[in-house]
Amino acid sequence: MGRLFAVVVTVIALVSAAIFALHVWWLPPDISAHGSRIDRQLNETMVTAGILFVAAQLALGLFVWRFDVRDGMPPRAVKTFPGGVTPLVVLAILFVGIEILVLTFVGSKVWASVYQTPAPAEALQIEVEAEQFAFYFRYAGPDGKFGTMHPDLMNDATQNFFGLDPANDTTARDDIVVGTLVIPVNQPIDLRLHAKDVNHSFYVPELRIQQDFVPGMVIPLHFTATQTGKYELVCTQLCGLGHYNMRAYIEVKTPADFAQWLKAQAATS
Amino acid sequence: MTHTTAHPPAHAQRQSFLRKHVFSVDHKVIGRQYLDLALVAVVTGMVLSWLMRFHLGWPDTPVPLLGKLAPTGAAGGVMTPEYYLELMTMHGTIMVFFVLTTAPFAGFGNYFLPIHVGAEDMAFPRINMMSFWVTLLAFLVLVAAFFVGDGPPLSGWTAYAPLSAVGKDAGPGQGSGQTLWAISIGIFCIAQLLGSLNFIATTLDLRTKGMSLARLPYATWAWFVTAVIALVAFAVLLPACILLILDRVAGTSFFIPGGLVISDRLQPHMGGSPLLWQHLFWFFGHPEVYVAILPGFGIISQILPVFARKPLLGPRVFIACLVAIAFLSYTVWGHHMFLSGMNPFSATLFSVPTLVITIPAAIITLLWIGTVYGARLRLTSASLFALGFVSVFVSGGISGFFLAQPSTDIYLHGTYFVVAHFHFVMGVAAMFGIFAGTYFWFPKMFGRMMSETLGKWHFWLTFIGVYCIFMPMHYLGLAGNVRRYSAFTDDYLQPLIPLHRFITIAALFTGAVQLIFLFNLIRSRLRGPKAADNPWEATTLEWSTSSPPPHDNFGGRRPTVAYGPNEYGVAGPAGRDYVMQAAAQ
Amino acid sequence: MSTAILPPRPPATSGPVGRMTNGGGDGALGSSVAQTGVWIGIGTIAMSFAALTSALVVRQSGAPDWHHLQLPALLYVNTLVLLGSSVTLEWARRRQAPLALHLTIALGVMFVVGQILAWRQLIAQQQSLASGPSSAFFYVFTALHAMHVLGGVAGLTYVERRMTAGGVPPGTYKAAALYWHFMAVLWLYLLLLLTIRA
Repeated sequence: MGRLFAVVVTVIALVSAAIFALHVWWLPPDISAHGSRIDRQLNETMVTAGILFVAAQLALGLFVWRFDVRDGMPPRAVKTFPGGVTPLVVLAILFVGIEILVLTFVGSKVWASVYQTPAPAEALQIEVEAEQFAFYFRYAGPDGKFGTMHPDLMNDATQNFFGLDPANDTTARDDIVVGTLVIPVNQPIDLRLHAKDVNHSFYVPELRIQQDFVPGMVIPLHFTATQTGKYELVCTQLCGLGHYNMRAYIEVKTPADFAQWLKAQAATS
Repeated sequence: MTHTTAHPPAHAQRQSFLRKHVFSVDHKVIGRQYLDLALVAVVTGMVLSWLMRFHLGWPDTPVPLLGKLAPTGAAGGVMTPEYYLELMTMHGTIMVFFVLTTAPFAGFGNYFLPIHVGAEDMAFPRINMMSFWVTLLAFLVLVAAFFVGDGPPLSGWTAYAPLSAVGKDAGPGQGSGQTLWAISIGIFCIAQLLGSLNFIATTLDLRTKGMSLARLPYATWAWFVTAVIALVAFAVLLPACILLILDRVAGTSFFIPGGLVISDRLQPHMGGSPLLWQHLFWFFGHPEVYVAILPGFGIISQILPVFARKPLLGPRVFIACLVAIAFLSYTVWGHHMFLSGMNPFSATLFSVPTLVITIPAAIITLLWIGTVYGARLRLTSASLFALGFVSVFVSGGISGFFLAQPSTDIYLHGTYFVVAHFHFVMGVAAMFGIFAGTYFWFPKMFGRMMSETLGKWHFWLTFIGVYCIFMPMHYLGLAGNVRRYSAFTDDYLQPLIPLHRFITIAALFTGAVQLIFLFNLIRSRLRGPKAADNPWEATTLEWSTSSPPPHDNFGGRRPTVAYGPNEYGVAGPAGRDYVMQAAAQ
Repeated sequence: MSTAILPPRPPATSGPVGRMTNGGGDGALGSSVAQTGVWIGIGTIAMSFAALTSALVVRQSGAPDWHHLQLPALLYVNTLVLLGSSVTLEWARRRQAPLALHLTIALGVMFVVGQILAWRQLIAQQQSLASGPSSAFFYVFTALHAMHVLGGVAGLTYVERRMTAGGVPPGTYKAAALYWHFMAVLWLYLLLLLTIRA
């Protein structure tokens, strides 16, 4: 029975680890300027955590194999762990402690570089409004100014998702509101996240970016996409019955295509 | 207060049936009532997870009978998105509160803590009885959400405001169902506060002669520490629930900011803070994880030496680590909120204690593995589940490294990686602790042995099954699969659906395996072979008394304790390799 | 790699025996249990009110809708009543004066009635639970405190009944008094908090 336990634990540990190591299921290719640092941090954690995982499981399996009492075995005395408890405590504090120090030191720099630095001045500002169960995006238009949002004017039926008041607010008249996030490649993007009703979240796996929308707060989020293409933006914060279906597309265009698209939008709005 | 008044007549021979079996003040009856409640709850919670898993694998295939049970939520047997979320919310709430808190802590703790310390009952038996009935009331209020009003809530067991706070406008189940949820959890808090008060007072004041703190059995140490954690945690959740209820029914704005437009209606609230709910909830919520798992730590630390026939390695280190975890558990709640809009700087602050708390957890794990080294290991159902606990706890704990760092959490937050992590570390590990405790203590509680053959089948199939369910969820998370989705319509999720089907099959299989356990429980209770007083050759006080123990635990004579609980692998009296804690009478 | 069959450690060295060796269920034990219970209860209640205090601080910061609440003057009278009841309780306990215990209970009930009157005054000024965060917190704090005071009244009534039934153990009496004084301390804290913040 002890041998069976050892075999099962070993198989589980090795198969689980192999699937991680072979990247059978893995992150989609990174298309952001900052993402490689996150990926490196994830990989380093994966290697160190993977070693700890396999080592612990194998040690458990090995000891159970070795020290199981089978029928017909001569009686033998018990042994304490070599050196007693001290080497284990030292081992845990050293290995796990160093691991933690490294992860914290490196990881917090990665985090700070994404979330604790302001967006560059040349970043393109886009407002995002999340509601049950859709995302809407607003560009300032030719005047470069966003119109003021009025919650009492928000209305899905009239498609006034941002509660704009173009009749009285001149800056709002040329605002461009669309349902797809279109951005230029290699230019920093500076988003302002607004929630109309409940919590939502902004998650684009390829961009390695995730941030909650919180009602009553305007939350900044910035990133730079480095590859053109069409990607999916999904909601990761439980927001109600349509949560599973709440998404939008992100189109990353070349600067020329983007300028053309923006012009066309300005003309129609 | 004299002893006889602190305790209602402990030796009363003739009691009415109701007083003896239903409204009993005997901690053993109350412990069994908690365990029975947890059994009902776990079966309910598991059926809910079956339905959810089936829906995720085959969203359009009707489930037989479901259409009749839930004509609105699942007309024709195919569930609606909102019904999926309602089942998910109820699954999480039932499992966390009424299984993982109720069984290993309130259930086993009630039964064995007083016996472990050599007491005749809890310090406050009437309060103890009340805490069970209040827990049952909380459960009934929660389950009532299925049958009244607009159905159960759909905001998850975390009930984030404002989704949970604004009422009907936020969707189905957010009317009466969400109110019932908040009331139920508030009541549950009161029950747990009363229960924890009893655990602490009993451990401090009712220890028998010679039972110093250093000689307390490890399970009782864990229950004691857990009670301290629970006392502080539930003392915070209770007022949070009261504020949530007021936001819902009295028009206050604690958690609801102004200017919200929900279902095209401008909400009549202003100024509240959604993050305030998250802070209050997770200040409770993270310690609650330790309320679920620390009793398992104690149970495993008590069981492993019995079957290894050698002392637990480093018992004082174990207790120090328990206490360290208890303290640190109050400093880490913000790691649930890295991406919640909280100040990004505080994410770094919260990630440090979160990583540091892995040190005592890692030390305890090494103590268990080191205890197996050099053992004369007896593999029974109880010890197999204890060893399985170590394995799944390692698996679940390791994935915490990824989520504790804000930088990697950016990618993994809100994905199945999180689901895998907490199911392993607090769901499966805690369940393994409950199973180990059941196989270990069943003979003491019912005077009959459980079938070892069935127990071992139960272990092997469950052990392999849980790895098949939860290990692949890490892969889903790495691929960016979002959690709490009732169906996967996004393009990038389509290639992952076969893996979801594999998980569903594994979950249905592992769930079915639990019928072996249920059958074993019932059959052994009725016709298991009679159990001796000390079938496992263990040292702690419950094994010095009869199986099951008499009404006052020790037959009118409280034991005197001469040894610690860890005297295994020694030259004991009469050629034994252990020494009982109780001094020879 | 040490081997084998160790002799069991002698009882005397396997850890210091705690002072709580008074097992066997004697009277002295029961008294300490009641006090332990009350101390744990006090810790819990303090934690709950600390949580609410932090909620108040968070809710107040950055709230555009926070209006200062004019506390009714009646609250100060109630404060004197509650403090007075603490004095009478100590008198009752030390001098074995049952009359002073009756008086304590009466003052406790009077305090709660006084709080209800203060709420009525506020409601008459259009300050209801839903009219703003400062009044909402006021009602939550005072209502929860009043409920705990009523719990204390129930405890003292139990002591009173035990006394007429043939004597109350000093430990129980002390435990009840401990709780009662904590209610007064908690009220002073709340009054200060509400005066400064609300």
